[in-house]
Amino acid sequence: MGTKKTPKKKISPKKKYAISSWKRVEIARHPRRPMMLDYVASCFDDFIELHGDRHIGDDGAMPAGLIRVDGIKCVVIGHEKGRGTDEKLKRNFGSAGPEGYRKALRMMKIAEKFKLPVISIIDTPGAYPGVEAEERNIAESIAYNLREMMLLRTQIIAIVIGEGGSGGALGIGVADRVMMMENSYYSVISPEGCAAILWKDRKYAPDAANAMRLDAKNLKRLGIIDRIIREPSKGAHTNPSLASKNLKDSILDGIKELSSVPIDQLLEQRYKKYRAMGEFIG
Amino acid sequence: MPIFNKPAFKGSGEKKRDMPEGLWQKCSGCGEVIHELELKKNLRVCPQCNFHFTLNSQERIESITDPGTFEETEKKIKSVDALEFKGYKDKLIKYQKITGLQEAIVTGRAKIIGHSVVLGVMDFRFLGASMGSVVGEKITRAIELATEEKSAIIIVSASGGARMHEGILSLMQMAKTSGALALLDRAGLPFISVLTHPTTGGVTASFATLGDIILAEPGCMIGFAGPRVIKETTHQDLPDGFQTAEFMHEHGLVDIIVERRELREKLASILGYLLT
Repeated sequence: MGTKKTPKKKISPKKKYAISSWKRVEIARHPRRPMMLDYVASCFDDFIELHGDRHIGDDGAMPAGLIRVDGIKCVVIGHEKGRGTDEKLKRNFGSAGPEGYRKALRMMKIAEKFKLPVISIIDTPGAYPGVEAEERNIAESIAYNLREMMLLRTQIIAIVIGEGGSGGALGIGVADRVMMMENSYYSVISPEGCAAILWKDRKYAPDAANAMRLDAKNLKRLGIIDRIIREPSKGAHTNPSLASKNLKDSILDGIKELSSVPIDQLLEQRYKKYRAMGEFIG
Repeated sequence: MPIFNKPAFKGSGEKKRDMPEGLWQKCSGCGEVIHELELKKNLRVCPQCNFHFTLNSQERIESITDPGTFEETEKKIKSVDALEFKGYKDKLIKYQKITGLQEAIVTGRAKIIGHSVVLGVMDFRFLGASMGSVVGEKITRAIELATEEKSAIIIVSASGGARMHEGILSLMQMAKTSGALALLDRAGLPFISVLTHPTTGGVTASFATLGDIILAEPGCMIGFAGPRVIKETTHQDLPDGFQTAEFMHEHGLVDIIVERRELREKLASILGYLLT
């Protein structure tokens, strides 16, 4: 009493676009939204799942294996969130740990050795923030993937199908073609995390989402992604078969485009693309 | 009730911040009060308990390079507010004023006991040395310079992680810097990464942990996710000394924990092995 409280700062009450950008985040997290293994079942054939990082264990959040897309042999890696409590726990809600990133790299090396394109399906709220993950150097497992993917001698296509959560997404996301489903997001930090740090309250997550411009349209404009994959008008979950058809077509287009480029040229293009990212003066 | 009618006491936060730096510093390690001059002489390490105070980029450069050999590069590169993120422009100006720096990293050529190196030093005072486009670009250019001149690169990290205000552009700096290191690696040149307090988030998950050799200062914090996030997400109890240099050393991330006063010589003797 006696002290006057400073009035709370109002942060962009309601802007015209405020709903749409945040709305994409909400759709991206919709419980019925198709997940990685749904698309693996609907877009691809002959999935042979492979397990383990050869050192510590097998990460359920990062399924991987061999698949065919319209007869074309590929390696698939990605995040799976799981449906239902048991499955979600097994998949750790799509948050992969160091074992997951090291398994993914192992699969990419297989792809390189046998000259198969890599299809990377991104759908994670973020890499796993846990004690064991830190003990096994999760940061290094992501960093190492970034470096190795940059010079991996095979075609890489990455698609964000839902949540593209920060380093956890990028850890399998360095690619020749990066695509995003229309209602997915890709961000340096979760909207909640950003709001908590900058405005000390998670309830400002919608404002944070809009401020960070994390939806597909904005990221295409910034030159971060190459293609937006159309979804049924109210989201992929309202018509999963249409969504998976669009996804499959985009992947096939990507493979077709990339397979005609000589591998050295492809690596040069990949490097140049990432080298040019960032905005500054001087 | 006069007590309720008393005018509110107005403590001015501003005034406090503007006060000249004190002559006495209290050690966060042991609580000892140390004279500024003594601290300076001791490279800002507590003489009582060996607690390492943070160094700014200027102090760090002076502490490891041969006098007069540091030659700054990429001085002119400046941040822009690409996303028109609320308050970002003002923050940049504010920290430029406080630190006298353009951005959160200083890069350049230098000599360390006669060895020519390219050196990058992050400055935690500038927005927590978070990595946005400029920090990523300066690190990348420094790595490219080392690759071109066939010299070693040393990066002294201290960072809160990727810079939120530049959104996805900050995230992509992780790929960019790591990619440049892939080329350095292919050219057979050494990268020594020095981790100092604190190295976290997107910096730990990119160039900082890609060193051929990783050194760390005693007691510094090294981690990917923040301890609070880990606690809130997993409800786990954090082990003693979690995410310290010693913890990461025990878990195989850090090659050597090096005391500040020995860093210069340690770098030189490692370079002696790695450079022809």
